[in-house]
Amino acid sequence: MSDSEKPLATETPLYGLIAEYDNPTALVHAARKVRDAGFRRWDTYTPFPIHGIEKDMGIRMTRLPWLVLGFALTGMAVATYFQYWTNSVDYRWIISGKPFWSWPANVPIIFEMTILFSAFAAIGGMLFLNNLPLPAHPLDLKERFRRVTDDKFFLVIEASDPKFDERDTRGLLAATNPVVLDDVLEDRVTSDRIPAPLIYTLVILGAVSLIPFAFIAKARAAKTTEGRVHVVWDMDFTPAYKAQEGNPLFGDQRSMRTPPEGTVALGQLHDDEHLYTGKVGDEWASSFPESLALSEATMERGKQQFGIYCTPCHGQLGDGNGIVHQRASKLKQGWVPPSDLHQTYIKEQPAGQIFGAITNGVRNMPAYGPQISAEDRWAIVLYLRALQKSQSASVNDLTDAERAQLQ
Amino acid sequence: MNTRVSITNPYNGPLEGDNAFAQITHNVSRIMEAPRPPLAWYIAFAFALGLLGVFGLSLGIVVWEGIGAWGHVHPVAWGFPIVNFVFWVGIGHAGTLISAILFLLRQNWRTAINRFAEAMTIFAVVCAAVFPGVHIGRPWLPYWMFPIPNQMGMWPQFRSPLEWDVFAVGTYATVSVLFWYMGMIPDFATFRDRSTSTVRRFVYGLVAMGWRGSSRQWHRYERAYLLLASLATPLVLSVHSVVSFDFATSQLPGWHTTIFPPYFVAGAIFGGFAMVVVLAVPAREFFGLKKIITLKHLELMAKVILATGMIVGYAYAMEMFVAWYSGSIYEQFAFLNRAFGNYAWSYWTMIFCNVLAPQVFWFKKLRTNVWVILIVGIIVNVGMWFERFVIICTSLTRDFLPANWGAFIPSAVDYATLAGSFGLFFTLFLLFCRYLPMVAMAEVKAFIPESHVHDH
Ligand code: HEC
Repeated sequence: MSDSEKPLATETPLYGLIAEYDNPTALVHAARKVRDAGFRRWDTYTPFPIHGIEKDMGIRMTRLPWLVLGFALTGMAVATYFQYWTNSVDYRWIISGKPFWSWPANVPIIFEMTILFSAFAAIGGMLFLNNLPLPAHPLDLKERFRRVTDDKFFLVIEASDPKFDERDTRGLLAATNPVVLDDVLEDRVTSDRIPAPLIYTLVILGAVSLIPFAFIAKARAAKTTEGRVHVVWDMDFTPAYKAQEGNPLFGDQRSMRTPPEGTVALGQLHDDEHLYTGKVGDEWASSFPESLALSEATMERGKQQFGIYCTPCHGQLGDGNGIVHQRASKLKQGWVPPSDLHQTYIKEQPAGQIFGAITNGVRNMPAYGPQISAEDRWAIVLYLRALQKSQSASVNDLTDAERAQLQ
Repeated sequence: MNTRVSITNPYNGPLEGDNAFAQITHNVSRIMEAPRPPLAWYIAFAFALGLLGVFGLSLGIVVWEGIGAWGHVHPVAWGFPIVNFVFWVGIGHAGTLISAILFLLRQNWRTAINRFAEAMTIFAVVCAAVFPGVHIGRPWLPYWMFPIPNQMGMWPQFRSPLEWDVFAVGTYATVSVLFWYMGMIPDFATFRDRSTSTVRRFVYGLVAMGWRGSSRQWHRYERAYLLLASLATPLVLSVHSVVSFDFATSQLPGWHTTIFPPYFVAGAIFGGFAMVVVLAVPAREFFGLKKIITLKHLELMAKVILATGMIVGYAYAMEMFVAWYSGSIYEQFAFLNRAFGNYAWSYWTMIFCNVLAPQVFWFKKLRTNVWVILIVGIIVNVGMWFERFVIICTSLTRDFLPANWGAFIPSAVDYATLAGSFGLFFTLFLLFCRYLPMVAMAEVKAFIPESHVHDH
């Protein structure tokens, strides 16, 4: 800076008056006097927060908590709506059979976002309300003021205060017995411009940081005949063979291996011929397998399974008038109706044969063996037997008590 | 140890300053201002850097080879990385606890230790974050966990505990850094105002943001601090609860228990305090902070360790009881297997370290002896690591189907990453000790008798 530019001290306007104290008690007593004198543009500066000085200075409670509350509610609303929109509107995830919007599982993230937003508000709001960062201040020119972050206490009254009067105010402060009482001049020395090299560096860095994005943008917009770049080779092309693929490692060139002869999967031994095929020797079994309990429960189970698998075609009564039949015979000519299960020849069939009909299908009726377990198929047969009986029973089949009830 | 170190230790000289405030300033600032830190710092730093190298190398192997380089086997896909993750996150709890909860409870003794407990928290969370980051298998794609609009039109699944983790740990790391940084602003200003070199004045001036100690600013600052503390308190409790949900919401015997959230939080406080004493004892010794971090502080921390250790012990007992009381044979087996199965040695190591060892703190003589405090602190850290190992390995190796049982044998890379993570932790911590205000000067000053205002 050349001499001509340097402002003369005498021309520099007064910023305010500064008083220094060496203990908090002296400062607080001075602060009360200044407060009572009705000043507005003044402040105290201390190395640590002095508790209760707000009252001595007449500082009103800050609005910061309201700001934080506002941000907390915003964070809560944003997190709730965002999760709702992403997971149950825009990209629906089915998770453990829950509804798309099952909010209790969203609470943890709502909670975390509420805290995150409020924390940003607390520190950001504090800096904003405190007018920080503030790189330069007239007080910085005072060598002694540096002790403010160490062990000294200061009180500053600004000249811009309407009550400020150089002589009176100085008198007021002098009466508080400061260690030092001094003038503070406006800062005409520190330049408030950002240094040029800093600006250049920031501009260059900013430009350089855009280069990768430029490449990405180009790659996304331009067409190319080359395939994509495989950054992680072994993840894009896994060395494992797929089931239907050829495989040079084996003699038969197949990746899928057949299990060794005689392998039986867990629970698939099926060595009870009667139970699993309905036959004894080469003949249809006329009885039920021994392992099947001929009980009320089996009957109930049979009724339920019959209702699920057979009624659509054979009807509730087993008379062949099921809903599928009713509809199909309207739509299609040459539809083979499901048999009326009360025909004598079916009634006379051995239990094993009916079991066989369910298991393997008969003529036009498909096989249900693969869908219904052997035990359940037998239960259906049991129920079917009861059903057949019910449609041709006579009064003589009833017990005395039952007959009495009917009459 | 004392006498030998003091020959080269620049921090054992008398304190400058004619009043208590200036002495505090000097005691803390001289650590940063000394031209050279003590020899012990250099030795520790070299060691930490070496371990950090091991960390980089072993993670390099994992990234290059795939996570199979760790000892993962079929039923144990979580292994060491998740054990380490939970361990470090746990360590990362004490800092915020000391700063926030003890602040709300008006435990003023916290001012001496809160700053470096907070630093420890942040460095521990950094260590923790590395593990799941690499364990996802493609460490270059962690951004898939964040809700970023993408060409596939997909969004993360927000109802998964693993996704909750991302938000909980992410929020925790952010809030801890903010809390820590905000607490340091006035102390940075002190460093700035004391510095003689331009570079230092510029750098500390930049981070101090023009703090000049105005009371109007202090007023809002203190409000913000109080608010952050009240926000951090439920946050810190939620973080380890969420981490425990990773286990508790699964159906595995030994994991599927409602006791996990409180039990994890207590364990985290316990382990975190143990880590604070392990760091505080050498730090006060080498950096001449014995007048600020006094034996009284160490004793209080020992008491917290004793109390939380008992909570943890109670949780271990309760787990056993609930397993028996549940009547579920799988649950009962899981716990019998913990205590007497193939990993029984790790279970009993855990019981010894976490339940028995802290009992020495019942005796005043022992809890005021720095050596005892240091050793118990180390033992507790070992125990807390084993706690997570027990939970993860015993449950995963023995689930419902015997056909699915297996054994977990860590690989050399496993041990290297575990040891290496301490390298990262100590490197960061030692740099912090040297360059940042290790003790919250402004807060300590506010609680000494000289700070009281006398009304006559
Ligand atoms: C898709 C419709 C359909 C369902 C479902 C169905 N059936 Fe049939 N069923 C038929 C038809 C059609 C026939 C007659 C086949 C023919 O004559 O070509 C038939 C025939 C039969 C017969 C007579 C077999 C014979 O020897 O003549 C029996 C017994 C029988 N069904 C039992 C059952 C039982 C038990 C179920 C339940 C497990 C069942 N069906 C489910 C369509 C069905």
